[in-house]
Amino acid sequence: MSDIRNELKYVASHEWVRVEGDGSVTIGITDHAQDLLGDVVFVELPEEGAEVETGDDAGVVESVKAASDIYVPLSGEIIAVNELLEDSPELVNSDPYGDGWFFRIKLSDTAELDGLLDAQAYGELCEDES
Amino acid sequence: MANKTALYDQHLAMGAKVVDFGGWDMPLNYGSQIEEHKMVRTAAGMFDVSHMTIVDVTGADASEYLRYLLANDVARLDVKGKALYSGMLNEDGNVIDDLIVYRMTDPHVPGEWFRVVVNCATREKDLRWMAEQTAHFDVALIEQPELSMVAVQGPEAIAKVKSVLNESRGRLIDGLSLFQGLESEGWFIARTGYTGEDGLEIVIPEDEISEFWQALAEAGVAPCGLGARDTLRLEAGMNLYGADMDETVSPLVSAMGWTVAWEPENRDFCGRAALEAEKTAGVTQKLVGLVMDSRGVLRGHQQVIVEGAGEGEITSGTFSPTLNVSIALARVPVGTKDQAMVDIRGKHVAVKVVRPPFVRNGKKVFS
Repeated sequence: MSDIRNELKYVASHEWVRVEGDGSVTIGITDHAQDLLGDVVFVELPEEGAEVETGDDAGVVESVKAASDIYVPLSGEIIAVNELLEDSPELVNSDPYGDGWFFRIKLSDTAELDGLLDAQAYGELCEDES
Repeated sequence: MANKTALYDQHLAMGAKVVDFGGWDMPLNYGSQIEEHKMVRTAAGMFDVSHMTIVDVTGADASEYLRYLLANDVARLDVKGKALYSGMLNEDGNVIDDLIVYRMTDPHVPGEWFRVVVNCATREKDLRWMAEQTAHFDVALIEQPELSMVAVQGPEAIAKVKSVLNESRGRLIDGLSLFQGLESEGWFIARTGYTGEDGLEIVIPEDEISEFWQALAEAGVAPCGLGARDTLRLEAGMNLYGADMDETVSPLVSAMGWTVAWEPENRDFCGRAALEAEKTAGVTQKLVGLVMDSRGVLRGHQQVIVEGAGEGEITSGTFSPTLNVSIALARVPVGTKDQAMVDIRGKHVAVKVVRPPFVRNGKKVFS
């Protein structure tokens, strides 16, 4: 059973969102997603400072098995990207909710947060897919 | 209802992530396929390959039948136990399957027989084709579904296997040359594999396999799944049926030219006429290795662009855990030299064209 954390919000495309309380959010992929992908070997992330909109392509996660697009879950500006992933992409597997985070967005519209899934709804979605 | 091998419950107990593979529920990995891969390159790993199809070929014409059925020539097997890799071709000279055939008895003795191991995903069509070709031969094809098979591979594989077996089996293993297999007290032990490392493939009655697998695990042999099996074979430059070749291509465009025994000229084998015509007309493609030094992973079906020569396609691509770069096999125009481009999601990325294998016995081997 994959690890789904109550304090996080989720997107159906298997990203997690942590609301930081300063108008920004941190984003990564869920334990369920990393398990489906298998060993991650490269992560391509957006540029810091880029303006992004919900649904944009934000990069690619490549595992040994497959390439998977990363989508922007919320509109805003990319204010940080996880540089650890450049040399240690395996952090996405070993610590998807911690050191395996992808990027942070300064939100342009906090109302968009209402469209995210809570842990229970995301858990049900994973059940349905398996 | 999927088929399960005799080791299925042990796989689950060892934490296997199970996937469907050719109608069989098989382990994909037991956690990390990269760690499993590295265990095989540096120590020893084991694979349950009981899903593969074993067919024994017996009868007075066993040898003559196989000399007709296969593009490689079992007459080259001059010693008991010796193995041969071959394509089984259709009349168009294209590949129905690739297989290993072992000579199970001394050459030219009454009761001569052979063991053939074919892929599981192609089992039905292989058995049908093999049966159809028996028409003019006195042979029997005996499938052996009650036999299990384990591959133990890596620099420490042979020592680890010997450590859990009795002395007489140990002596038999010591006497095996590369690509040879012999019977020992109901087991068949062969020095073959699909990883580019030394090791053994062992055929065992299915009621004895569990104990052997458990003993190997306790001796420190890492259980490995299909994920590691694929990255290991690709580093070793070995073809995967259904990806690198199939019924639409011949061995001559699949880096399998060396498995076609043209001599003696008077040996008629399935597909020979078509292959000779292809050779005379001039082969237009070849299967090569690609290496990409930039970030990213080459994948099957990506387009290859060769300036001045035309276009090709990746047949298998992956990330190489040993080399830390992406590698691939690709079918490209015959005029391709040492450089090409690959279309990765619309971006053209430069790759080096090399002659496989990429890795042998733990070391990089291409230049």
